[in-house]
Amino acid sequence: MTAGILGGKSGIRVTEGLAAPPPGKWQSATVVQVRRETATAKSFRMELAEPSDHLAGQHYVLRLTAPDGYTASRSYSVASAPDGSQEIELTVERLPEGEVSSFLHDEVVVGDELEVRGPIGGWFVWRGDKPALLLGGGSGLVPLMAMLRLAHRMGRSDLARLIVSVRSPEDLYYSAELTRLGAEVLYTRRTPQGWLRPAGRLTTADLPAPIGPETTVFVCGSSGFADAATDTLLRAGVESEGVRVERFGPTR
Amino acid sequence: MKPTRGFFGRGNRDPRLPPGQYDVGRDWPVLTAEPTPTLSTATWTFSVGGLVEQPMKWTWDEIVALPDSTYSGDIHCVTTWSKLGVSFRGVSVDTLLAAARPSASASHVLATTHTGYTTNLPLEDVTAGQAWVVWEFGGEPLAREHGGPARLLVPHLYFWKSAKWVSGLQVMDHDEPGFWEQNGYHDRGDPWREERYQGD
Repeated sequence: MTAGILGGKSGIRVTEGLAAPPPGKWQSATVVQVRRETATAKSFRMELAEPSDHLAGQHYVLRLTAPDGYTASRSYSVASAPDGSQEIELTVERLPEGEVSSFLHDEVVVGDELEVRGPIGGWFVWRGDKPALLLGGGSGLVPLMAMLRLAHRMGRSDLARLIVSVRSPEDLYYSAELTRLGAEVLYTRRTPQGWLRPAGRLTTADLPAPIGPETTVFVCGSSGFADAATDTLLRAGVESEGVRVERFGPTR
Repeated sequence: MKPTRGFFGRGNRDPRLPPGQYDVGRDWPVLTAEPTPTLSTATWTFSVGGLVEQPMKWTWDEIVALPDSTYSGDIHCVTTWSKLGVSFRGVSVDTLLAAARPSASASHVLATTHTGYTTNLPLEDVTAGQAWVVWEFGGEPLAREHGGPARLLVPHLYFWKSAKWVSGLQVMDHDEPGFWEQNGYHDRGDPWREERYQGD
């Protein structure tokens, strides 16, 4: 609808009719499981008071309220695939100064009630209908994991290919499941023993070839990872129209 | 709302922080939905079109030669970070609109960018000294990942309204949702009223 006045080559488009509905209101979520993923990451499975189907790649906002009314909110990607259940799973990396992430890690136990709002996002989502290449860096794996899990739930593992980049083996979330689902892991600093690929950042040699124009590439990670990954994709001949990016964290 | 068990909040309660926001300190998170473009100032342009008496287009050299204007204050991202006490330099949107002369029926603008990203704003939110096209941050050229060479700056609204890599303003007589607005975000986005999502 806006295409007429944009003119020229436009990278980012909203396809009419595909926009996501607005998120629901704040609601209560009861923590039903807490699982450690790495030394600095935990997954929180929660049951929603008012469940609503999410799309793979969407996120929820989580809000903490102090007795004096002060609130702190952060957004967390849903790691679980849409599965028709009343539950969602958020994987949270504990940040050194993170007011919300450190509270979740240090205080929250099964049975706690948390306030959440979502699901949110209509751009960084995969609906399971077209080929997708998923490139994740560190905790940027989380929304991509929802996409990979969705592909397998639907019996369409052929549609989604996931490459995750982490510093070293102990930084990898969902390690056993990633192996089972056929994801590729790149280590940038240190590999497991006997690993064939030497440690190093993503290069064009790590990408599948060819990446056709029907493929949507989803890139998620730190700003540094997102820039390096998108530069690599563009060098490999991928059009920027086919790349969707979600990034987090500060610039230097 | 009920307090969260065990949470007392050690966050900054600086009065400059709108509800639900935290002070990100020296960091400046980058949030973009697409690859960061490389734009050359040799071919960069900025246009004001639509319902105007005089459609305008400036080259880089022309826009930086306009009377400059600075903003010093705070910026607020819908993802809940705020960055306090920042400064930008550029040109006031008032200066650009004055050259193009919006028609009497004009009520909104759609900001367009060199990547295709769009965002919609009421005309009254980009006039009266509230909006800029900026190319300097803290005295340095605006970095590419933050929208350089130039971005829109509308600091009294959530920061997705401050479109990176801005290419122009389309003046309209109606509101037309931009990129994030079609994806569930609020049409106006006032951080002090927590207008984050459609329906807020």
